[in-house]
Amino acid sequence: MSLTATSSGLRHTMWVLRGNPVTAIAGAAAILLALVAIFGPMLVPYDPVASDVPRALQPPSALHWAGTDQLGRDVFSRLIVATRLDLAIAVTAVSVSFVIGAVIGSLCGYVGGKLDRAVGRFVDVLMAFPLFVLAMAMVAALGNRVENIVIATAIINLPFYIRFARAEVNIRRNLGWVEAARACGDGHVSVVLRFLLPNVLPAMAVQMSLNLGWAILNAAGLSFIGLGVKPPTPEWGIMVAEGARFISTGRWWLVSFPGLALMLAVLCFNLLGDGLRDILDPRMRT
Amino acid sequence: MMSPLLEIDNLGVTFSTRRGLVEALRGVSLSLQPGEMLGLVGESGSGKSVTGFAVTGLLDKAGRITAGRVKFRGQDITRASGAELRNLHGANMAMIFQNPRAALNPIRTVGAQIADAVLSHRRLSKQEARAEALELLRAVQIRDPDRRLDAYPHELSGGMCQRVMIAIAISCNPSLLIADEPTTGLDVTTQKVVMDLLARIVADRGMATILITHDLGLAAHYCRRVVVMEQGRLVEEGAPQTLFRAPQHAYTKRLVASSPTATSRVGDLVPAEEALPVVEVNERSTPAPGAPPLLDVQHVVKRFDDGTAAVADFSMTMAAGESVGLVGESGSGKSTTARMICRLIDPSAGDILFDGYSIAKLPARDFHRSPLRKEIQIVFQDPHESLNPRFTAFDCIAHPLLRLTGLRHGDALRSRVEECADRVGLPRELLSRFPHQLSGGQKARIGIARAIACRPRLLVLDEPTAALDVSVQAVVLQLLDRLRREDNLAFLFVSHDLNVVRMMCSRTIVLRAGGIVEQGESLALFANPQTDYTRELVEAIPHIGSPASLLPA
Amino acid sequence: MGTIGATLIRAGRRFLSSLPALFGVLVFTFLLMRVLPGDPAVFFASGPSAGKEEIEVVRKQLGLDRSLPEQLGIYLYDVGRGNLGRSMMTGQPVAKDLQQRLPASLELTLTALVIALIAAVPLGVLAALRPNSLIDHGVRLFCSLGVCVPTFVSGLLLIYVFYYLLGLAPDPTGRIDVFASVPPARTGFLMVDFLLAGDVEGWWAAARQLTLPAFTMALFVIAPLARITRASMLVSLGSDFVRTARSIGLSRWQIVVTYALRNAILPVITIAGIVFSTMLGANVLVEKVFSWPGVASYALDALLVSDYAPVQGFVLLMASIFVAVNLLVDVLYGIADPRATAA
Repeated sequence: MSLTATSSGLRHTMWVLRGNPVTAIAGAAAILLALVAIFGPMLVPYDPVASDVPRALQPPSALHWAGTDQLGRDVFSRLIVATRLDLAIAVTAVSVSFVIGAVIGSLCGYVGGKLDRAVGRFVDVLMAFPLFVLAMAMVAALGNRVENIVIATAIINLPFYIRFARAEVNIRRNLGWVEAARACGDGHVSVVLRFLLPNVLPAMAVQMSLNLGWAILNAAGLSFIGLGVKPPTPEWGIMVAEGARFISTGRWWLVSFPGLALMLAVLCFNLLGDGLRDILDPRMRT
Repeated sequence: MMSPLLEIDNLGVTFSTRRGLVEALRGVSLSLQPGEMLGLVGESGSGKSVTGFAVTGLLDKAGRITAGRVKFRGQDITRASGAELRNLHGANMAMIFQNPRAALNPIRTVGAQIADAVLSHRRLSKQEARAEALELLRAVQIRDPDRRLDAYPHELSGGMCQRVMIAIAISCNPSLLIADEPTTGLDVTTQKVVMDLLARIVADRGMATILITHDLGLAAHYCRRVVVMEQGRLVEEGAPQTLFRAPQHAYTKRLVASSPTATSRVGDLVPAEEALPVVEVNERSTPAPGAPPLLDVQHVVKRFDDGTAAVADFSMTMAAGESVGLVGESGSGKSTTARMICRLIDPSAGDILFDGYSIAKLPARDFHRSPLRKEIQIVFQDPHESLNPRFTAFDCIAHPLLRLTGLRHGDALRSRVEECADRVGLPRELLSRFPHQLSGGQKARIGIARAIACRPRLLVLDEPTAALDVSVQAVVLQLLDRLRREDNLAFLFVSHDLNVVRMMCSRTIVLRAGGIVEQGESLALFANPQTDYTRELVEAIPHIGSPASLLPA
Repeated sequence: MGTIGATLIRAGRRFLSSLPALFGVLVFTFLLMRVLPGDPAVFFASGPSAGKEEIEVVRKQLGLDRSLPEQLGIYLYDVGRGNLGRSMMTGQPVAKDLQQRLPASLELTLTALVIALIAAVPLGVLAALRPNSLIDHGVRLFCSLGVCVPTFVSGLLLIYVFYYLLGLAPDPTGRIDVFASVPPARTGFLMVDFLLAGDVEGWWAAARQLTLPAFTMALFVIAPLARITRASMLVSLGSDFVRTARSIGLSRWQIVVTYALRNAILPVITIAGIVFSTMLGANVLVEKVFSWPGVASYALDALLVSDYAPVQGFVLLMASIFVAVNLLVDVLYGIADPRATAA
């Protein structure tokens, strides 16, 4: 059963990608980002932390494609190296959130009752806080370190996944084939884990891609206000923060290039998520 | 002879879908005289609804008229502009739709919507429009019309919503009314009331009507002329009596044969050439006297969390191989009862004995571990929903075998699955396909194959053919009947369709609001109902052979 | 009328059901600052370099030597009396600081919301009315890009363009020029106070200062609002009841506005509430970029010097505002959708 399913699935994906060039491009861009994150630091022209004060605050040129910052460091190299940190934070946080949220949400959606109500209250409380504020408070409480940015981002993302999984399971819980599975000898737990979760996961994977973009913005925002990442570590948010001082005197490249990097990364994941949603939806709903 | 009110000449409609261009209508021609009621019948995909939308210019964005013309009162309206269409709509032609509650604005009161319709073509003051709306509500026989004027659609029943739709449609006195499946989804008694009302109103106001439906009986009862459509083409046309008693076209013949009537039998449903071969059934050994019945349901009650009683004191017994029908309208509790017997939900009180063993005592969530699980299986209503979209047909049928018998993946499993597929008439090549790649009839067969895979002794069927086209239903019913006789299966057949139940079941139980109203041998029950409610149900069914009584001479 | 009564009852019921959430917020904030790793006494003492005796004193003061439930009780009592602690930075009670600075933040956020709604809803409606047209593609492109640009970047870039390059915007620091005179504080909202004082010149100056920060914040939320308006309007236009409206020949205006738009606006109301929450968070970033003297920059400054009482107070305040906004949104929704009131 599995072999025919995966090979026909692959063929179908190829056919769909050909019809959705935007999604294909976004997917390629995501792969490119991952490659930059993994191999970038080894390929950069300049040392991202090496300061060269005489050459400070130079606009973009052939030597320094994105100019230099106030300590003479090459902005482009710092951009590339920062990719790894930003992506790592976002991917880790979203993955953890996704797994925990999916399991909890599915159980709540299926079982209902007291568990559902208790988790619902917890989620309500979490969502009562403006998320960025909550992240701020958590990093403050846990300590000003990078790991805590990941934890804070994961926790504030959790409610979305819980609610999403719960809603998706709720829709499917009463479908004929779920009842049929029980008539065919599956208990409740088996139904949730073997049947409902796999059907819910594709939709949630779409959410994950959309959330990645949001998590990147969140992490960058936290470092912009000075939490988590400390200089001289290159990170897009911190680079914007350091460059903010100089914008009113016309040195635009310090803010624009990290900002552009942020925008492109988020755009890529958003488009990918949207495209995936278009691909998966019509297939799932016959 | 008067000139026709509506003339459709060689109409062709194409839809642009993801898979390219699809021709929904091909060369459809028909004409309608003023004041005439025309029935447009066909199954899904026949193009009957598309014809209605094409005439009124309400086609979906993806659809276009690519050939032919539509003439209304002699004027070509095929390429009418927006302004011209707006003049036509309401004042000259109106439409009522399939799902009446969805067709009304959910956040606007019913009275306001009718007033909107009135004001769109007549110059009246707000108060006059409201008074007019009240009059219209009275004309469609809504009880308590003053209060209902300020009601919202979600506060009204399906039948009442459809009456409001009718009121909106007739508000500006159009000369043409197109009714697209107006009673699908309504209970059979409500259907009769709404259709009688509609027929009387259009007769009183001299409106020409096109009744689009898949129900041959409905068309036969109310229409003076019927047109049959198949796959976007017009296939046959004529008066209902001649059309249905002596159909000429092969498709019409099949359609008429498949439609269950008050007197049809399972064997008659499919024309002889396509029927499954008759199975010779050996005499069954009668069970020993004193042995417990296969199924004994004792005073079962189901109360839901909010206190409503879905089922109140239901009792029945069933012998092996017997087929019992459970009929009722929506809210009668038949589905809940079926699910309790199948042990998918727990009864609040009462006991269910299977072969003498109490199965109600074992909670539903643990029943899957009981050895009796494989003895009671269920066939579901909606074939689209009842198959796991990630399972191939093979997986669906193999699923109960893997869980409830000792079989593992291998040759034994494969041959058993193929045997089940053969028995239900599913070609073996289709076993590797996914549900979204199969037709409704094929999916229904897979559902049945899955249910009989473990060789159960009791099969609960919850409206197994309600979502199927009538010709597919005919084949599936024949299949079910044959399987029952081959395996000596007991059937609990839940349905709202009395004709089907009469054909398939030797005994019938009539439910209403959770309680048993009447039960007995099927043929006797339907020929001679003892209670008023059952009589009302039986008389509400429109029959193909009955004369049209409410049409102007 | 029955509907007003029903609305009030519904509002009351929703308020009661939001009380557990509020309580949860209080407990959660309490836990956040006390139970997590790190010594709270050090937090609330005069700084990381405080001496041991001082920490002990603070510990006693905060009641940290008592059991947890007792601490929670003291905390709740304090909050109930309006005692949110004292800020090291300003030396004043946190509650007073917050009260002084809240109008600035609210003025900024509300102005941004109004700008966003005025821009987003018509754009979304237009895009839905002309699918696949230039406007539609433009709006969709704008929405896709709009959610990708971080608020702080767009703020800084706006400063660059409008202040440095074009010279149109005033110096992007603070709410009002340091040398200008402030009107008597009636509401705390400068826009309102200047008008009440009849000072048009002052009003204009304050408005100019408000423009860039408000636009920055608005930009971030125009995208999701336009997107939901467009999507919702598309669904509405394709629904059965709009088809019915067309079948009886209603005028185009009536179909689009009375039938389609009124239904389409319902999800937009819900999303506007959620979006407001995002804006409360984005406040932190915008206030930092523009040195806007609101509660968020207050809390941020406190955070960076390890003065934690203001942070705690700020978090509580934001959550309470959000719960209140949710309540309002719910009531509005109940008014707009009769199905909800029936439930």
